[in-house]
Amino acid sequence: MTELLYGIAVAPFKDMAGSPAFFAEVLIGGVFAGLMYSLVALGFVLIFKASGVFNFAQGAMVLFAALTLVGLIERGVPVALALVLTTAVMVALAWVIERVVLRPLVNQEHIILFMATIGLTFFLEGFGEMVWGANVKKLDIGIPDRSFIVAGIQINQLELSAAVTSAVLVAVLAVFFQRTRIGRALRAVADDHEAALSIGIPLKTIWMIVWSVAGIVAIVAGIMWGAKSGVQFSLSLIALKSLPVLILGGFTSVPGAIVGGLIIGVGEKMGEVYWGPLVGGAIENWFAYVLALAFLLFRPQGLFGEKIIERV
Amino acid sequence: MIYREAGQFRTTYASDQAIFPIPQDRWFVVFAAVAAFVIPPLAANEYWLQAVLIPFLIYSLAAIGLNLLTGYAGQLSLGTGGFMAVGAYAAFKLTTALPQLNIVVVFLLSGLIAAGVGLVFGIPSLRIKGFYLAVATLAAQFFLLWLFNKVPWFVNYASSGTITAPNRSVLGVIVTGPNATASVRYVTALALVVVGALVAKNLVRGRVGRSWMAIRDRDIAAEIIGVRPLRTKLLAFGISSFYCGVAGAELVFLYFGSAETLAFDITLSFLVLFMVIIGGLGSILGSFLGAAFIVLVPIFLTNAPQAMGLSLPVALQKQFELMVFGGLIIFFLIVEPHGLARLWQITKEKLRLWPFPH
Amino acid sequence: MTLKTLMSGALAAALVAGPMAAAAPAQPKEMFIPLLVYRTGPYAPSGIPIANGFVDYFTLLNERDGGINGVKLTWEECETQYKTDLGIECYEKLKGKGPTGAAVVNPYSTGITYQLIPKASVDKVPVFSMGYGMTAAADGRWFPWVFSFPTTYWSQASAVIRYMAQQEGGMDKLRGKKIVHIFHNSPYGKEANPTLETLARQMGFELTLLAVDHPGQEQGATWLQVRRINPDWIFMSGWGVMNQVAVKEAASKGFKMDHFIGNWWSANESDVVPAGDGAKGYKGATFHAPGTNFKVHADLFKFVYDKGKGGGNKDAVGEALYNRGLVNAMLSAEAIRTAMTKYGNKPLTGEQVRWGMENLNLTEQRLEQLGVKGFTHPIKVTCEDHEGNGPVLIQQWDGKKWTIVSDWISPMRDVVRAKIETAAVEEGKKLGYAMRDCAKEK
Repeated sequence: MTELLYGIAVAPFKDMAGSPAFFAEVLIGGVFAGLMYSLVALGFVLIFKASGVFNFAQGAMVLFAALTLVGLIERGVPVALALVLTTAVMVALAWVIERVVLRPLVNQEHIILFMATIGLTFFLEGFGEMVWGANVKKLDIGIPDRSFIVAGIQINQLELSAAVTSAVLVAVLAVFFQRTRIGRALRAVADDHEAALSIGIPLKTIWMIVWSVAGIVAIVAGIMWGAKSGVQFSLSLIALKSLPVLILGGFTSVPGAIVGGLIIGVGEKMGEVYWGPLVGGAIENWFAYVLALAFLLFRPQGLFGEKIIERV
Repeated sequence: MIYREAGQFRTTYASDQAIFPIPQDRWFVVFAAVAAFVIPPLAANEYWLQAVLIPFLIYSLAAIGLNLLTGYAGQLSLGTGGFMAVGAYAAFKLTTALPQLNIVVVFLLSGLIAAGVGLVFGIPSLRIKGFYLAVATLAAQFFLLWLFNKVPWFVNYASSGTITAPNRSVLGVIVTGPNATASVRYVTALALVVVGALVAKNLVRGRVGRSWMAIRDRDIAAEIIGVRPLRTKLLAFGISSFYCGVAGAELVFLYFGSAETLAFDITLSFLVLFMVIIGGLGSILGSFLGAAFIVLVPIFLTNAPQAMGLSLPVALQKQFELMVFGGLIIFFLIVEPHGLARLWQITKEKLRLWPFPH
Repeated sequence: MTLKTLMSGALAAALVAGPMAAAAPAQPKEMFIPLLVYRTGPYAPSGIPIANGFVDYFTLLNERDGGINGVKLTWEECETQYKTDLGIECYEKLKGKGPTGAAVVNPYSTGITYQLIPKASVDKVPVFSMGYGMTAAADGRWFPWVFSFPTTYWSQASAVIRYMAQQEGGMDKLRGKKIVHIFHNSPYGKEANPTLETLARQMGFELTLLAVDHPGQEQGATWLQVRRINPDWIFMSGWGVMNQVAVKEAASKGFKMDHFIGNWWSANESDVVPAGDGAKGYKGATFHAPGTNFKVHADLFKFVYDKGKGGGNKDAVGEALYNRGLVNAMLSAEAIRTAMTKYGNKPLTGEQVRWGMENLNLTEQRLEQLGVKGFTHPIKVTCEDHEGNGPVLIQQWDGKKWTIVSDWISPMRDVVRAKIETAAVEEGKKLGYAMRDCAKEK
């Protein structure tokens, strides 16, 4: 018993203090992984914020975007043009989704819209695979994937560029939301659909814009995750990895997605490396959820989520 | 015309409060149940029993369980797969430890164990709501599967790491294991689901069900009129997990025959949730319709091109099937967001007036 | 077209087709083999080449030889997506097809294999899980209906350890070395662990087991631990996306790739492609050669692909997993041929094919006749031993293709067989089986 307590409460910390360079590496690894989760979580947040839809299809959109991009590149389209074309495809997809799925279901309950996005997931997975094939494809957009060592700490170039990309993306999105006309309209819609409508904000256009932006975020996420594993069907499963980030940060907060990602990333890496061996490892998956749950018990709306005010 | 209730007068409270107040309904259900017990075992071949009907019945039971929690009590849960795994592993442990114990009793006991686990994981529901709660129940899903995968005690230290349904008989008939015929397994699953549905139907008509619905519709208001949220929500988690646990035990003992934890992974949780939403939240009938939709439509879509003489490559066919399936889900949601059960109700209304709609 | 007309059309078609099928001439000379494939879904990159290898070999037999001894082979693919429930549906749908029913079933998924093992003896359809599935079933006395030749996960693990020792310069040179086993956190991934643990005790190397949870897209923590341990060798039992990520992580973290060995489900072309040049040097275990330099491939091109009957892309012929499917089809066909020596050249039932599998004896000479000399190892199956204890090869990725870099490495029979026999008792009893007496067979 004392041995177990020692293993939980003392040994890991001695371990951390014993090799600070490795500890730093774990932290950095966590930060990088967390930002990768944030990339996916961002897509969820954007859509939930503007239309109240918990978009289960975000993972499938990541897959679809990556497949389209890599498919175009494989067919000899230059990378820059392929990126433009993929963006066009995602915008078109957003338009179709708004027309076919969202508009008829407007004002339905959250769970019905959630289910509709699950239908969308099936459709996109089948369609993407039918058009682009099921093989693993190498995604090569010129980011080197080597490691270098700074002060005894190994840093991976690809992970570093992914981290920088997500940071830039968040900054751009923040500016977009805070400083532009469309951004203001988006925030207005997020606050109150009806009020926004009554002052003349075109709800349908806004939704289309939001889904397009989420589609573009999906392209970025697809590139980053696709660079790690190759572009393949499993990309649609990464949505699950970003769910704890989402609840931790709150469904409606862009900075929340980033902070949540960092906490989950660092938390699960430290958990796995320092406490995982106690119970035989592979605890990453549930540990992230338990971590998120622990936070939720104190803040039921997530760290940055809107405060829930309940009235009868 | 087809469906008329004119002239039926209810003279006692008891008859007014019956589950099926209209005789046509009552007779239809009784007839359907009897037919379900008699016809398939005699008429259906092993493919239909084993690959279509048995999974349909088992998923129906799980869907009823989740519907009690999500549809009636309003607590979104994605831990169904985990709770079903609890039932399956509990049943395996129980029946290997006590081989003499009647297998149906084993199922019920493993349901109880699952209910206990469900109670524990239901506790966060007191503070967390909506999609936040759904993701919190995922913690249960991932943790439970990890546990069963990690601790060899749960599989009796088998080198294969899987649980297998042993041969067990009830009243001299082999019900589970490789030697049980598909018909017997079908009847067992059917009996359990009929009883389960009847109990659930009564549960939601009574005080418990009403308090669940009160919590679902407006929890603060419910609290004010004297419904205790703690007890009500936990009860919902417990009973729902009981159903899921029994369904999980059936899944291994009557359907798969042998399983590893991957059989209960997150896709199963989502699958059962789809059934509940497509079928209709807050409807026992909807659970059956939803299970039928999710089980039957893909099988129909897989076999339809062949039946029509089209021979497509299997990959293309599957991709096509996914697209159509996804499209159908969206289509049905647009046509009737409240699920197939509501569609059925509308059909009944129409039939009642047909052919003179005014 | 409305749904109604569509449905009635389908019904009509079925009604017309039904009697026509029934009126066909009595017992055509053909045998049916169900193919459970996964050409879609997350595991399709592995499933597609396997399925193509299978189909192409059967097509070759029909086109070149007119079937096996005059009995044509027929088959039907059924998509499982690697899922157990779809596997059950496929199996139930296909097990009774053909004039004599399914000859042999290749489940191609751990979950489906476990599900089919109890059914095999009831439905009288042998289960052929070539190099996967339940290792304990290699003891034919307990599991007469299940075959896993030419080798098993446990044999593979011991052979890989032997290879590592050879590379270090001798069996005793592994003492004190650090070996990490990275495994998919599922019964499949854990298969090798007990064997490795036993060997670690016997040979004195330091073993660390690192589990990667399904599906394995994020392995940061695992590779941090690898970096801290700084092992001499890594062995991996991966599956699906986990493989690609692991190879990529190892490459980018600067691990010596030629000291990283995947098992035979972790060493296909698709597993190394995303890592590009970084994957150079990565090794994998296998029990057949990669590439297209064998007579059978020349025949495949001549009789199948040049006639436009190929199952897949011509460029993909010779991929590691394509050849896996090829070997599997070939072993199935040879088992049928063996059974025909006893039961005559006619369509056989699953029960008869089972005898053929149990008495399969593929000699060097026979391999040469088949045009696969050097492609795979001779094998002899017996009533007791359904594994054949086949040796293992190590292949290495050179950036463009796999090449064989080792001789045939035999597994450590003494360690593995004893473990199999213990496990067989336990797994067999779980299913209520009794041990049969092999002396009484034949």
